[in-house]
Formats: sequence, C-alpha cells, structure tokens
Amino acid sequence: MINSIGPPGMRLSVMADSKISVEQVRHVARLARLELSAADEAALQANLSEILQYIDQLNRLDTSAVAPTAQVGEAGAPMREDVVANRPDPEAMLANAPARAGHLFKVPRIIE
Amino acid sequence: MPDNAYEAIIGLEVHTHLMTRSKLFCGCSAGFGAGPNENVCPVCMGMPGVLPVLNRHAVELAIRTGLAAHCEIAPESIFARKSYFYPDLPKGYQISQYELPLCKGGYIELPAQSEGTEARRIRLTRIHMEEDAGKNIHESGASLVDFNRSGVPLVEIVSEPDIRSAEEAGAYLRELRSILRYIEASDGKMEEGGLRCDVNVSVRKRGASEFGVKTEIKNLNSFRFVEKAIEHEVARQIDILESGGRVAQETHLWDPVREMTRPMRSKEFANDYRYFPEPDLPPLRVTPDVVEAIKTSMPELPADQRARFVRDLGLTAYEAAVLTQDRDLAAYFETMLATGLKNHRTAANWVMTEVLRAINETARPLADAAPLAIESGELLKLVETGAISLNAAKTAFAAMCKSGKGADATVAELGLAQVSDESAIAAACDKVIAAEAAKVAEYRGGRDKLFGFFVGQVMKAMGGKGNPRVVNEILKRKLTA
Repeated sequence: MINSIGPPGMRLSVMADSKISVEQVRHVARLARLELSAADEAALQANLSEILQYIDQLNRLDTSAVAPTAQVGEAGAPMREDVVANRPDPEAMLANAPARAGHLFKVPRIIE
Repeated sequence: MPDNAYEAIIGLEVHTHLMTRSKLFCGCSAGFGAGPNENVCPVCMGMPGVLPVLNRHAVELAIRTGLAAHCEIAPESIFARKSYFYPDLPKGYQISQYELPLCKGGYIELPAQSEGTEARRIRLTRIHMEEDAGKNIHESGASLVDFNRSGVPLVEIVSEPDIRSAEEAGAYLRELRSILRYIEASDGKMEEGGLRCDVNVSVRKRGASEFGVKTEIKNLNSFRFVEKAIEHEVARQIDILESGGRVAQETHLWDPVREMTRPMRSKEFANDYRYFPEPDLPPLRVTPDVVEAIKTSMPELPADQRARFVRDLGLTAYEAAVLTQDRDLAAYFETMLATGLKNHRTAANWVMTEVLRAINETARPLADAAPLAIESGELLKLVETGAISLNAAKTAFAAMCKSGKGADATVAELGLAQVSDESAIAAACDKVIAAEAAKVAEYRGGRDKLFGFFVGQVMKAMGGKGNPRVVNEILKRKLTA
C-alpha cells in the first residue's frame, strides 16, 4: 500500500500540471523493484509531482552564494584505525537467511 | 588485424584492492582465505541501523596512489551511493565516490617498451575510493553468496582515452601494477581479484578528430585477457564500419574460452545508478599537512628509479624499464651492485636474462626461484676479477638455483675457476706450438687467421679453464717470438 510520500502539510490543495509522467513513475518503480497497480501509479504520479513542485518553491530562494550542501556540520568524516575488531560468527550472520547452503546464502539463480 | 587506416581509442578503469587489515567501513578482516561469510558483520551485511566508519589507512593508501600518479588530492571529497540490485550487494547500493572524488587528474608514464622507443604519458581522469561487493557462486538452480569481500576497500583508477593499442593497454597495466606494489597500496594480484579492469574501446579513421561509438568490456581479470579482448573488439568494430554498419553502444563481456567478446544481455536500466551523496558519511576532509606527511613517506617510484638507473648507472631506458617492472627485481639488481660490482650493465643484463629465466622456468616468485642477490653479486665479482668466465658464472648460477649454495662454494665444487697462472698457460702454449709445427710456420708466414685455431687448442689442452685474456697474451708473444 503506497501512501503519500510528500512532506506532511505540504500537499498542495490544487494539483498543477503533472511534473512527472506515468512512464517516469514506472521507470523509477522498476529501478526500485516495485510492482505497482494502476491506482498506485496514479497516486505516485501525483505525489512525486507535488514534491517537485515543493522543490520549485525552494528554488525561488537565491542560493547563488551558497555552496551545494549535502551534509551540515563542520567536522569531516571521523576515521577509525585499521584494526580487525570483529570475530567470525557466520551462524549469527546467517541466522535470518531464508535459504542457505552451509555458510553461504542461497538465492534464486542469477544468470540464466 | 587492426586495419592501418583506423586507430583505436582506449580508456581503462582499473579497480584494485587496497592492502589494509580491515574493511573500509567496519572492523572485519579484509584478508583472503577465510571460510564463507566468516569476515562479515552487520555493517558490511547492510543490516538496518548500522553506520559506516572510514578506515584511516585505506584513505592514506588511496592518497599515496593519487600522489604516485601525480593527481591533485581534493581537500574535500564526498562519498555517494551507487544504487543497483544484485544479491552480492546487500545494502542495495555501493558506497563509492562520484561527483567529488579524492584524486583528480594526474598521469601514468609508460616506460620505453623496447630498445630505442620513448616513454609515453597516459593521462588520468580521477582516482576514487569505493567498497567491493560480495561474491556470487553460481550453481544449477541457485546462486550462493559469500560476503567476505563485501566492504573491502578499493580504488578505481580511471584513465583518459589516451591508449592507442592492446600492447599499450598491457604496458599501462604493468606500470600501474608496478607503482601500486612500490608504494605498497596493493599487491596487484589479478588472480585473487586484486586488480580488475573494465575497458572502453572505440575506433576512428586515422586523422579524424571525433571519437567513434564506444563499447565497454567488463570485468577482465588478467593482463592477457585485456590485450586479447581489445584486439578482438577493435577488429570487430573495424569490420562493422568497413561493411557500412554502425557500432552499437553496448556493454560486452569477454569470453576467455572462445576468446571473443559478446554483448551482455542488456537490462534496459542497467546504467541508471541514481548516485546521491551518502548521508551516513560526512565529507572526507584531507588537510595539506596530512598530504605532505604522506608525500614525505613515499618510496622511490618506478619512473624515478628508471631515471636514476639511466642517469647514474648508465643503463639504457629499456634495461631500466625491465628492471623496474617489479620492485623485487629492481631491489635484487641494486643489492647485486652493493657487493661492489663495477660493471652495472653486466649486472643489469644478468638480472634480465639469468634471473628472469629462473623465474619463468620455475614459475615461482623471485625469492624462491633465484639465489640471494648478494650471491649473484659475488658470482659476477668473480667474473670481474677474472677468476671465472661469464659462461662459467651462468653454469654456476643454474646450479645455485637448485642447490641454494653460495657462489664461492659452487664455483669450487664444479671446478669452474679459470687458470690465470702464467706458467701453466705458458706450458700449454709451448705444448701446442710444439705439436703444430707446420701450422706455426704458416702463421709466421702471414696466415694471421690461424691465431684462433691456436687459442682453441690451448683452451682444449687446459680443459676450457684458461683465462682467455691471459691465453691470448702469452700465445701472441710466443708465436711472434
């Protein structure tokens, strides 16, 4: 079941023209390995379009003097020393595997 | 056969494992040889709620690689998620670098490939850090997955399309491997997946300025396959163009059994990776003092060593190139010289013929295949002092490879020492002159050519052990007397 994925409170009351085509919805769904019904597709098309409209709203701000930012905070990535700290425990790692062969995970055959 | 009217445009993407003890983002061992799924934890298994933490040593090794390739080291680079679904990728994305890689630009200098040719520079686009995926084992009806390699640190080294032939691609890979081994960033073992290569190939009419349509050949894991795959792909593209067709932009796989490339079953969306900045990792910041400290800790690089061998030791560019293909080989040569050898080129050629032959014949690493460098040096010193001939030294070397005994002991045991003692040589000369009176008369009558015959007879009389220089001297004196 797919619900609205826009930020809460940001749903626009009036749908402007769709920014996202149903083909694009299918493309993204396929990349994400999602199987969608026609109703899901329509709902997602509306949701994703609204999100892009919200981004348009943000784009009205002048950010020409601001560096692109993916992360906030001044510190760079913390680092660890190159030390082996984990001990082998394949049983624990495989405990939730739906299928296994010895200590290997088993999946449907990949190449035809 | 590559048609001469066309030229090939080749770019390589090389992935290599960095030699760390632990993985890139977790404390699992990065070592080889463990049982399936022994070196895994919730982080490299992509379980919910875990956070990656960067391995400092992996970053240092990536920076070393960048400095060795003359790259610019970015003060700030970021990690990105490369999203695709495959059972060996438990998170559903690989942590890589995309828009802002750690190293930009740079070049690899290819040494002279034969006597008389020149060095050539292949420019690099970038070098970035990323994590390896797990390993799939395909069985009938199922695929099995081992995540021991998942999260092992890699660098991807991307070249500009500057390579023009299969041989040049091979030379590039050999030089790259040599550099990685010199700086101890990677052991470059292709058979363990330590060095993997994707190749981009297109062809164009010689003199044209536009590139043709390229194909990508994926996941080549031996230098020989890279060269063969390029040769095959270049010929295939030329055939298509010559028959009026168009090369399709597609991804090929190399089939090592049939020695040909074939198009991958193309999944329509295969190349839509939806990169975006990794929210779990803040930007990687590298300060100038860190770069400077790594710079000062760098060993001599193959290109610098080659230049030194030519400049200070009088080797040819080609001799220097062969010796620096491998750090151990170059070290062997230098250790030989350290025993006090005067003739550097003889020592260089010794390594290029005798030592390389021993390695090739036994298919074992240098340390197992050949005697200690110091013993090779002692052996050549015996040649320099005239105690043994160069041929005798080769005989001794072959025996030393098998016995592991020292130079002096082997020469004594095999009775290879030359006789330089003048009275012994004079006696042999007298005997030959007395026995060959008729020929002596001819020689003295002007048949100079007979001199070689007398040398041969004296050497024969001495069981081949006479010092040729002394034999020549004494014989000439006695014959002209």
